[in-house]
Amino acid sequence: MNVTSETKYMNPYLAGVFLGLVLLVAIYVTGRGLGASGAVKSGVIACVDAIAPTHAANTAFYSEYEESHSGSVWKTWLVFEVIGVLVGGFISGLISGRLKFKIERGPNITNKTRIIFAIIGGALFGIGAQFGRGCTSGAALSGMAVMSAGGILTMFAIFGMGYALAWFFCKLWL
Amino acid sequence: MGPLVPGLINGELNLVVALLVGLGFGFVLEQAGFSSSRKLAGLFFGYDFVVLRVFFTAGITAMIGVVVLSHFGWLDITRIYINPTFLYPAIVGGLIMGAGFITGGFCPGTSVCAAATGKIDAMAFIFGTFIGVFGFAEFYPLFREFFVSSNFGAPLLSDVLGVSRGVFAFLMTAMALVAFVATNIIEKRVNGVKTTPISLGTTRSVIIVGAVAIIGFVMIFMPDIKTASFAKASKLSSDVVLKQAEAIDPDDLVVKLLNRDRLIQVIDVRTADEFKASHIPSARNIPYDELANPEWRTVLQKADVLNVFYGTDEVQAGRASLMSKYLDDNSVNKILPEGFAQFKSQYIDFDATSTKDESILRFRTKAKTELQVLLEDETKAPPPPPKAPKIVGGC
Repeated sequence: MNVTSETKYMNPYLAGVFLGLVLLVAIYVTGRGLGASGAVKSGVIACVDAIAPTHAANTAFYSEYEESHSGSVWKTWLVFEVIGVLVGGFISGLISGRLKFKIERGPNITNKTRIIFAIIGGALFGIGAQFGRGCTSGAALSGMAVMSAGGILTMFAIFGMGYALAWFFCKLWL
Repeated sequence: MGPLVPGLINGELNLVVALLVGLGFGFVLEQAGFSSSRKLAGLFFGYDFVVLRVFFTAGITAMIGVVVLSHFGWLDITRIYINPTFLYPAIVGGLIMGAGFITGGFCPGTSVCAAATGKIDAMAFIFGTFIGVFGFAEFYPLFREFFVSSNFGAPLLSDVLGVSRGVFAFLMTAMALVAFVATNIIEKRVNGVKTTPISLGTTRSVIIVGAVAIIGFVMIFMPDIKTASFAKASKLSSDVVLKQAEAIDPDDLVVKLLNRDRLIQVIDVRTADEFKASHIPSARNIPYDELANPEWRTVLQKADVLNVFYGTDEVQAGRASLMSKYLDDNSVNKILPEGFAQFKSQYIDFDATSTKDESILRFRTKAKTELQVLLEDETKAPPPPPKAPKIVGGC
């Protein structure tokens, strides 16, 4: 396996310290950690609200969200944070010369297979993040920083399941 | 004292902060190589452990930061968002996400970052997350019961394990270090020794282990501000307490009470039962043992308001006033230099035959009736219970 491109990336421990400091600033300033999947939830709710408002009003998931959140679903903290991630990732890619349209996949699968499995993986994450009250950033990373029992448990479950299934999906990546 | 939201930063400004935090988040993720699904998936096949390194270093940095900030009283950890624990949903959700990770090669945060650099597979992944959430929403009534089951509130893992936050942070750091070394060996073996992406040299290892040992030592002996203030105030000898606590003249206090002075608040640190039996009019009861609890912070730390403490004796009041000072250095605290019983006999139950001094007699007789009026007013409108600040967060 060739990993020579690694030299272009930041030292992972240094990157970890920076990421930890970003998280710490978020906790210090806003009292909450990072997140990502919550923004997707806002997006889904806004779409359903726009396309089928009566359906949104009659379905428990949406109406419970409306009850517990006030104001526009777009004007939420996580939506703005994810927009920031998009911009931050773009700037970083621009500086390091990594902006390029491409499909990254294992050597033994087609682009089509890669896209199908990416969608499946995303869907699983979308569902899992609801049960886990957050994804890798919101539940696992931020949960770890504040020592939340549930967050750390979710973290171990995510990585544990990844390893448990690695053998079955090795064709996708190796 | 953090967090600055809500309070110093609100509304739109908080959204600007969100944007900036996200900017830093996205930038670091991309710099670390998280925009590549093959790098991310490498974690599960042993050829690239960058995810583990960045993730654990970040988690531990932030965790230690939170412990240190709260120790120095710069961050009120009772006001930060702690992810709730729904035990079985947390496990099942994690397992589903783990399956998503190995098939999709991203997690939601990294997929956004990767999409920003043009990865089409990441865009497909994001599309998938929308489908997933939409599916969940549509079938929500089916899972609803499980979704809200085994709710344990928001416990800290350190509390569950019965160790202090400092010890827990130290254990996690030690665990991460072991993982770093182990994965480094695995990675070398999987990739062949020639490619050594990041090697921990001997000197560097010594420095890291030494630094962690020092941090660990400090953290184990570092109690949080609440425990520390409480222990400190309770440990001092009575002499020291009385020397350090500032007293208010009882007559002055009575004059201020009768004038309904809004810039003082009288705090009774005796037990709730003692308070119920009898107390100084307009006083607020905060039992000594509860004084350091977070719900009283806002009460004790009102700007420009003088806290006047009294208890069964002046030493108890003194300890309370010092504790208030430790909790917030800006608070202004005084004590009634006598126990409640003495104050009661001198003012509330003043006996006119006890003194021959004309001016004292006149003042205290007048005070007795007016204090009685205050007490009646108070029963009509008792002070509102303390409010714990609302905490928002989560995915």
